[in-house]
Amino acid sequence: MKKVLLVVVALMLTIGLAACGSKNESSNNGGTSNTGNAGTGNANTGGAALSGSLLAAGSTALQPLVEQVSKKFMDDAKYSGITVQVQGGGSGTGLTQVSAGQADLGNSDIFAEEKFVDADADKAKELVDHQVAVVAMATVVNKEISVDNLTKQQLVDIFTGKVTNWKDLGGKDQKITIVNRPSSSGTRKTFEKYALGTKSEDIQGSIQEDSSGTVKKLVAETPGAIGYLALSYLDDTVKTVKYEGVEPKEENIVSGNYPVWAYEHVYTKGEPNEVAKAFIDYLMSDEIQNADVVELGYIPVGKMQVKRDAAGNITK
Amino acid sequence: MERPAVKDNHMEQQGNRARKVVKPHVVEEWVGKVYTAICILVLVVTIGAIVYFVSSRGLTTFIKDGVSLSGLLGGLKWDPEADIPLYGALPFIFGSFSTSLLAALIAAPLGVCAAVFMTQIMPGIGKRILQPVIELLAGIPSVVFGFVGLSVIVPALRSIFPGQGIGIAAGAIVLSLMILPTITTIATDALAGLSAGLKEGSYALGATRWQTIYRIVIPTTLPALLTGVVLGMSRAFGEALAVQMVIGNSPHIPHSLFESASTLTSVITLDMGNTVMGSAHNNALWSLALILLAMTFVFVFVVRFLERRKNR
Repeated sequence: MKKVLLVVVALMLTIGLAACGSKNESSNNGGTSNTGNAGTGNANTGGAALSGSLLAAGSTALQPLVEQVSKKFMDDAKYSGITVQVQGGGSGTGLTQVSAGQADLGNSDIFAEEKFVDADADKAKELVDHQVAVVAMATVVNKEISVDNLTKQQLVDIFTGKVTNWKDLGGKDQKITIVNRPSSSGTRKTFEKYALGTKSEDIQGSIQEDSSGTVKKLVAETPGAIGYLALSYLDDTVKTVKYEGVEPKEENIVSGNYPVWAYEHVYTKGEPNEVAKAFIDYLMSDEIQNADVVELGYIPVGKMQVKRDAAGNITK
Repeated sequence: MERPAVKDNHMEQQGNRARKVVKPHVVEEWVGKVYTAICILVLVVTIGAIVYFVSSRGLTTFIKDGVSLSGLLGGLKWDPEADIPLYGALPFIFGSFSTSLLAALIAAPLGVCAAVFMTQIMPGIGKRILQPVIELLAGIPSVVFGFVGLSVIVPALRSIFPGQGIGIAAGAIVLSLMILPTITTIATDALAGLSAGLKEGSYALGATRWQTIYRIVIPTTLPALLTGVVLGMSRAFGEALAVQMVIGNSPHIPHSLFESASTLTSVITLDMGNTVMGSAHNNALWSLALILLAMTFVFVFVVRFLERRKNR
């Protein structure tokens, strides 16, 4: 009798697991083939208190901010009916998911217009951009390097492989090792667009790493290394280099003198529903912009004295 | 299908009187059959779905984006974000093969010799202490291996050899540690399973222990030892995270073992999250996944082939 019971329990467990398994599978299939609509965040718009759930996915550079803010948001009594889930996955994933309706908020390091090109260009038009913070990038080199200023042309020469030794840039005789980001990375796109002004190829022998922590570690340890990092990652293990004589500091970025910066975007498909709007408004409120945003190493959007559009045109 | 059998049983054992009473062992039989059938169904459906999904995505590159198969497999230049995108995956295929082959070359002698020690020379300590220790390696997460590689192996290689330290050599060393348990465990099982008669016969003829080991034990179990090595290689081939951290990820065939290179898995993990689903770049990554899947099948067939030789 015991044995029968055991078998029955095992059977139930298996069926349970199998059910879970097939559910995951179908949602994965839907997620990746863009056919299914998971429909995670349907706002319940009746009554004064908002309730519902939000799924935010995408950029790992913006994830810490959205995560921290979402915790505060859910703790706030006004929004207790709303649950916010935050996932990483990268800018491309965020934009894909929000465009397919699988996520309510798509976090991205770059404009949707830059990711959705050619056949997909229409998808970018459906998305509404909410710029929630500004992130700036600084060129960093190994501490042993004596060079402390690089012009745009010198950077282009380094990253396209024309100059391969620090002695050509006024440093000592040492081979340059480039620590780059993968060609699809939003951080690299920003750096190429605003610091180099041109696309850079992956030259032989260059290193590519996706995570800022690894980039910092490699630049700090590899002799002759050069790379770029968001300002929040800078510390004394690496040396920060001026760009065209301008130091990558907040006042220079805010005034527009230092050009290597980008918006962090939260995209919604169409105008945000009430729940999503409540969250974005909360994210843009002064108490978050002046506290959490600054604390995590971003620059509040409101502080910027210049504006930039998707094509890179700057207006005061 | 079950009904007639059930009926027959009843007829034979108890006649018409007990027709309505179902005996426990019959229920057990039935439950067991259904249970195992469901298990295998889940596995088959999962595998089928994965193969179908990766193939359908991976083939889009050829059908929609007009990349030729020879261009993908033989192309030397990978630059999917350029104005004229290029999808040459040969550097990645080269990187994957060289790291996993090199890892097997390092790990196979170590693993097999450790297995010989544990089964032939000191079976007592071997079984009780050494084997659990080596199996412990299998439980260490790959990100830990990657981090140790980045913090210990890369700086060590950088100070000994010219170059950045990062590269195929670092990747192969990290991978060899990761596949060591696979090779050792399979080799240990194979050696322990060898019939005592062969060894005793060898000793009876006056052979020493070493002569017995390398003339009798190793040649007899060779197919099984090779199975372990191939399984280890296929694990090395599919490992992504640890390799990605120490190999440098430059899409070129490197000039030395200490220069930045890429593997199929490392480029997939690097770019998958950053690309938009359905874009040409993303489809090309799925094609790389398809190559990876095809290679895994090749490894499975090699293992099957070796096993058939063992049974002969």
